[in-house]
Amino acid sequence: MSVLVYTENWDGKFKKLSFELVSYASKVAEMLNTKAIALSVGKLESGEAEKLGNYGVSKIISAAGEGLNVLDNQVYAKIIADFAVKEGATVVVLANNNVGKALAPRLSVRLKAGIGAGVNKLPVSTEPFVVHKRAYSGNAFAHLQINTPVRIITLSQNSFELIEKNMGAAVENVNVSVDASEVKTQVREVQKQGGKILLTDAEIVVSGGRGMKSPDNWGPLVELADLLGAATACSRPVSDEGWRGHEEHTGQTGKIIAPNLYFAIGISGATQHLAGVSSSKYIVAINTDKDAPIFEAAQYGIVGDAQKVLPKLVEAVKELKSK
Amino acid sequence: MKVLVCISNVPDTTTKVKFTDDFEKLDTSNIQWVINPWDELSLTRALELKDDASTGVKSVTVAHVGLAGAEPTIRKALAIGADDAIRINAEPHDAYYVAAQLAEVVKAESFDIVLCGIESSDHNGSTVGGMLSEFLGYPSVSAVSGLKIENNTLVINREIDGGKETVTVPAPVVAIVQKGIAKEPRIAAMRGIMMARTKPVKVVEPVAVDALTGIISFEMPEPRAACKFVDAEDPKQLIGLLQNEAKVL
Ligand SMILES: Cc1cc2nc3c(=O)[nH]c(=O)nc-3n(C[C@H](O)[C@H](O)[C@H](O)COP(=O)(O)OP(=O)(O)OC[C@H]3O[C@@H](n4cnc5c(N)ncnc54)[C@H](O)[C@@H]3O)c2cc1C
Repeated sequence: MSVLVYTENWDGKFKKLSFELVSYASKVAEMLNTKAIALSVGKLESGEAEKLGNYGVSKIISAAGEGLNVLDNQVYAKIIADFAVKEGATVVVLANNNVGKALAPRLSVRLKAGIGAGVNKLPVSTEPFVVHKRAYSGNAFAHLQINTPVRIITLSQNSFELIEKNMGAAVENVNVSVDASEVKTQVREVQKQGGKILLTDAEIVVSGGRGMKSPDNWGPLVELADLLGAATACSRPVSDEGWRGHEEHTGQTGKIIAPNLYFAIGISGATQHLAGVSSSKYIVAINTDKDAPIFEAAQYGIVGDAQKVLPKLVEAVKELKSK
Repeated sequence: MKVLVCISNVPDTTTKVKFTDDFEKLDTSNIQWVINPWDELSLTRALELKDDASTGVKSVTVAHVGLAGAEPTIRKALAIGADDAIRINAEPHDAYYVAAQLAEVVKAESFDIVLCGIESSDHNGSTVGGMLSEFLGYPSVSAVSGLKIENNTLVINREIDGGKETVTVPAPVVAIVQKGIAKEPRIAAMRGIMMARTKPVKVVEPVAVDALTGIISFEMPEPRAACKFVDAEDPKQLIGLLQNEAKVL
């Protein structure tokens, strides 16, 4: 028996999300009195695989070989499923991000394993196996019972703390070669979002809505984000109008995020917007309308004009940082 | 080419969700049911492809797993422009059950392109499309924000964490669709609504499949503490609170 955790890499490297997943899987393994095994697929930078060993796993499998430089969902799902069978996994953990969402359902059919998707806590019980997950776009949670011998969990980002624990796990390098004819997905073009902090990774997010009035008013908002090491985001009408890029759109139909701190500036707080940000630990709202629904979701608020408040906020943060 | 759009019937996205007294089920009184927002966008894109003769798309069918109560949502999809519909007459027990039923439909009618939404706004599973592709042994592409057809090959934009990729995949394929695939959902015109009344809705009985999961109960998020207001002239006070009280700076 084991708990297998799939850790995606970005250009051969892991990030905090990977370590969250590994920490989570190790805790689930503890609950089941078994061991956790981390699985990486694709080429890693040297020394990278070892890092997974700091979060409680007892084995690290690094699988690499020809044909894995493109994410072909079918190919990847087959590799992960094969390792799950080989390692006798009764729980497989993945991230609830684009890649996890692409692979987990395919694994589910291959392994005939029920899925708990968007889980945000340790299992509520293991006999029966019950998980706590997002439902109704953040407006509720569900207790979902998984009735199969193998279960798949996709873990919501930023919902589990890192737990450092070194079990002296060895890295097992495995060569997996995929025949070119099996890879149906061909990449034509890649556009990487260079340099900027990714919205889904950010611990602080500064977000603007229609109350920012014009695309020309974003200067102080971006400056605030830069000072705080934060990512920038926006409401849907803002990206629909082309004031900001679509990758910044948060909410039910955009990105779902769970930073420690979310600034909602000139955002009314529509249900569909809150659906994407309600898991933030703290929300700060700045709005001219004291009755705006965003203040019901926020812990801290300023009733005022963003154009006037933002520059003062920037100054206050500068002062803080210079201390 | 034949396109299938899988649609889910969900509470309108502005619904204040409420549950039955035992918190086991959604309280469905006063709920307005709609086509899941991503499915509506998929349908819109499918119809755009059909409008363009060069794509070779000849028909757009919608499929839904659900009981007769979902009929208005299906008619709405037909009014928007789908040619016909298939309803698998069963309670959608879980994603695995739904995907297994849809797989039968795809196999029986050999669709070339199957579109599913990236998630349904009720159970937020993000699973039906991927499961369906695995049942069929088709390639799948997820987080699709653009889709074109060039000589039987699909040219797809997909979102990866930290960027975008343009990939090609041969049909048959399952595309799991998110925002960007179409600008605005297409709206049913009067003529469409009239025509929808006579468009065929085929009702098929489900195959025997066991659901793998079941919801035991729901829970509301913990109420948040009341908002603390800070004077607009004094944002320094806010920074102080974030630093010392919330400890997030
Ligand atoms: C199916 C569906 C899905 C949707 N998905 C999303 C989604 O994913 N994300 C999303 O964001 N929306 C989504 N929406 C849209 C949503 O319903 C709202 O329309 C949208 O969130 C409103 O954006 P906003 O808050 O920026 O603008 P508004 O609602 O116009 O609010 C602007 C706010 O700015 C304030 N304001 C005005 N001037 C100032 C000033 N000078 N300083 C400070 N404050 C000021 C106003 O008081 C107001 O509260 C969706 C809608 C539907 C139907």
